[in-house]
Amino acid sequence: MEKNIIETHGLTKKYGDFTAVDSLSFNVKQGEIFAFLGPNGAGKTTTIKMLTTLTHPSSGKITINGFDPAQQQEKVRASFGIVFQDPSLDDELTAYENLDMHGMLYGVPKKERQERIEQMLKFVELWERKKDLVKHFSGGMKRRLEIARGFIHHPKILFLDEPTIGLDPQTRDHIWNYMKKLNQEEGITVFLTTHYMEEAEKVSSRIAIIDRGKIVAQGTSEELKEKTKTNTLEEAFLALTGKEIREEKVTGADAMRQNRRMWRR
Amino acid sequence: MIAIYTLWLRQLKRYFRSKSRIIGSLGQPILFLVALGFGLGPVFQKAGGGNYIEFLSPGIISMSILFLAMFSGIEVIWDRQFGFLKETLVSPVPRWQIMMGRTLGGATVAIMQGVLVFAISFLVGFRMENWALFPLALVFMAMIALLFTALGTAIASVLEDMHGFQLIMNFLVMPIFFLSGALFPVENLPKVLETLVRINPLAYGVDGLRGTLGGVAQFGLFADFWIMAVIVAILIGVGSYMFNKIQV
Repeated sequence: MEKNIIETHGLTKKYGDFTAVDSLSFNVKQGEIFAFLGPNGAGKTTTIKMLTTLTHPSSGKITINGFDPAQQQEKVRASFGIVFQDPSLDDELTAYENLDMHGMLYGVPKKERQERIEQMLKFVELWERKKDLVKHFSGGMKRRLEIARGFIHHPKILFLDEPTIGLDPQTRDHIWNYMKKLNQEEGITVFLTTHYMEEAEKVSSRIAIIDRGKIVAQGTSEELKEKTKTNTLEEAFLALTGKEIREEKVTGADAMRQNRRMWRR
Repeated sequence: MIAIYTLWLRQLKRYFRSKSRIIGSLGQPILFLVALGFGLGPVFQKAGGGNYIEFLSPGIISMSILFLAMFSGIEVIWDRQFGFLKETLVSPVPRWQIMMGRTLGGATVAIMQGVLVFAISFLVGFRMENWALFPLALVFMAMIALLFTALGTAIASVLEDMHGFQLIMNFLVMPIFFLSGALFPVENLPKVLETLVRINPLAYGVDGLRGTLGGVAQFGLFADFWIMAVIVAILIGVGSYMFNKIQV
């Protein structure tokens, strides 16, 4: 019987009057690839932030790898690696240095660190660029580097928030392959959020469709299509969530993200 | 503890990697020293104030430390969304260690900048009388650096985006600088201004620095030291507390 490595019960997050995440309850089994599929503003990023101890839930319970993020923060943090939607690399350091710093922060001893860095850089095919400053990397390279970084400390879970957004098809394909390989070879549980149907379908074993902060349906791609009597996941999704465009809450972060795009490239 | 070292080292690497930024941020202090030093120097001398360069240099050194320290602290806003900070917040390192690493790193860089400006002031005519007091001068530089890095971090922990930054620069940092005795002596000021100076922590830092670099310490070195030490301790506490509360 497979164990649940992530469990939530009634997970809720409110910002003033606005309920971003409304009483989510779901499980992720150890070793599976689980996707949170939903339109923008559905509450995917907020959920990941709560699972990864960056934000406190308004109410509800979370268990990650057997630990409670509210009480045993450090143990939870050591259990996972995460690739954020916005790059969280240090642009003024080299690829190698970024990974080295991560290893030091996670308490990986020196020799093991060096081996892991080499192993992961080769895995994402960036070993030749290890001495280059990250500010000279393209978006796709940065994302690959972040995936490599997430694994330096041998976590049990990898969280990815919209991992292939804004990337070219070749890089997207590479990233999906990395996820599958890591899942198969190292038994890592992968939790990703996305609004791309093909990504959810290609990569994950189970999908939860989330809309306006609630889980609308859960199951494998086949189960969801059956439930809605549709032929593609996209149709199933639209059947479950309706065709309106979602109103998104714009945060300071979004404004900064737009500003950032102006100043880069 | 290796986390503190790691984050400290990171700040240093970032500073040394950008030669153009180092040179660029020396521009303003040099400008002030030359323009004000030679411009107001004769006037100051005539008014009986003595050598203006001797008076001004500690003020300009403090200025460069103040700005760089504040900026390192405020960088937290940007880092929070787009940078390395998220990576540190999500790691199993306790928050206070992250804060200490960043604060010590930012302060170290600010002190190095201060020493550079100190060296440059020699080119403009500054002369040290008593080198024995120089270590104490470094202590004052360190306290100014720590104070404002911690303050910058505390403020940045609360702000959501960069717009508040403008407000802070114009309504907090500039007044703190101009009303600190860095550019002009504190005696004989109108009552209101004098009160503002007396409650300004930077005033004690500048005064202490000036005292140890050969000038007159108006409030007395002893008072300067202890006032600064207490305020630094309080601000580091406040900064840590605010930093702890950060939710991304």
